[in-house]
Amino acid sequence: MVHIVPEIIKESVTNLVKNGERTDGRAFDEYREISLETGVIEKAEGSARVKIGKTQIVIGTKPQIGTPFADTPNVGVLMTNTELLPMAAPNFESGPPDENSVELSRVTDRCIREGKVVDLEKLCIVEGEKVWMVFLDLHVIDYDGNLMDAAVLGSVAALMNTKIPTTKIENDEIVLDYENMIPLPINEKALMCTFAKIDGELIIDPSLEEEEIMGARLSIGMTEEGNICAMQKGGAQPLDREEILKVVSIAKMKTAELRTHLP
Amino acid sequence: MIIIITNTNLNTGTETSARADKRAFDELRNLKIEAGVLERADGSAYLEMGGNKVLAAVYGPRELFVRRLMQPNRAVLRCKYNMAPFSVDDRKRPGPDRRSVEISKITSDALSPAVFLEKFPRSTIDVYIEVLEAEGGTRCAGITAASVALADAGIPMRDMVVACAAGKSDGNVVLDLSEVEDKEGEADLPIAMMPRTGEITLLQMDGDLTEEEFGKALDLAIGGCKKINEEQKKAIKNRYGE
Repeated sequence: MVHIVPEIIKESVTNLVKNGERTDGRAFDEYREISLETGVIEKAEGSARVKIGKTQIVIGTKPQIGTPFADTPNVGVLMTNTELLPMAAPNFESGPPDENSVELSRVTDRCIREGKVVDLEKLCIVEGEKVWMVFLDLHVIDYDGNLMDAAVLGSVAALMNTKIPTTKIENDEIVLDYENMIPLPINEKALMCTFAKIDGELIIDPSLEEEEIMGARLSIGMTEEGNICAMQKGGAQPLDREEILKVVSIAKMKTAELRTHLP
Repeated sequence: MIIIITNTNLNTGTETSARADKRAFDELRNLKIEAGVLERADGSAYLEMGGNKVLAAVYGPRELFVRRLMQPNRAVLRCKYNMAPFSVDDRKRPGPDRRSVEISKITSDALSPAVFLEKFPRSTIDVYIEVLEAEGGTRCAGITAASVALADAGIPMRDMVVACAAGKSDGNVVLDLSEVEDKEGEADLPIAMMPRTGEITLLQMDGDLTEEEFGKALDLAIGGCKKINEEQKKAIKNRYGE
């Protein structure tokens, strides 16, 4: 279903940006209010509820024991899946994941995997035979712009909240000890920061209105050290070299700011 | 060959003769309902009952794009019941299965009689129910939450619809089965009703009950519905005032 943005809204948002202003009165490099809770779903081994503005995602992790991939026999598996629920927006439809949902899953996965958030090698139980497979499921329940930053922030929080049972190997059997739960091995807190390009300006954390009229979008994943671990450009408008370099340096400060919300 | 074994059993163990969670036979689990929790949806509600966490959202009345479903004289009320992959002990694969399709259908049938559908010809009212955490009785929790979400959306209704289950566990007829009681019990009888008129809009049952036990269970469930209905009304009043 196509979502129609009235021309008048497009014009008013663009005109505000021209004057250095935004519809909700924020500065160009200012996030909306962020809230993050962990351990919200008891049946999930790890969980988080994240809100950026009115955008809201519930995230749960489910570790299971499975077989590693043949090319990485001593590495655990992380599987990220996103559901853009039809309750989250009038133009989201139920059914198999569409391209936006797949992009969100893949970009979140990329930021977490390439940022080496989880030490996947420590999730190996028996090389080539059994490893932990961690399913990371993102349930988008309210869509008000900037899903990517919310998705990565919530996912890192949910992973940090995840506990798995300790494993022992006795006579060729894996014994799971649910009385001694250990946290997932976390060695990095890579986060993502998204900019929207409207009328030549790059503004952080686009709201729904801004996302609907933006020409381009750039998401930047950064590690604690400030190294770039993932990027994704979206939208049809091009970006130039100076713009990109400028927002990369802003992203460094802003991901550090976001990190203070993690427990 | 490696066999995985688990050396502790986590959440089973109903060796007590009374109810596992120490409730009286006619006692509901802890209940919390909040209306208007989502920004985008026209109406929404969040419900916690025992270990259940359920979110319901309503869109509409709006244009129905699926022509073949369109009714010339009234709106259609479509429901989608969905469980989050992390809502149960073993991860549920995303997407509809036979169980959720059936629950979607009976939820739609349970809610429809309460809504003045004839006021909105050729349109649709969409109800989405998301189970974030499941602990027995999610279909009832979903219907109860959906009805609050419909009211929150300002959709004209004859009455709220409220759902509750009764059943038989360890030989006793009890109200509001928990997950363990549902799995290990002898019978489950979920109902939905419009409390003002007492009309029953959903009735399912599985297991084994005598006629006498059935009568007892039905009365228990109706009593449970009436109590839950008070919480539904409170949720709406909390949001909109008296």
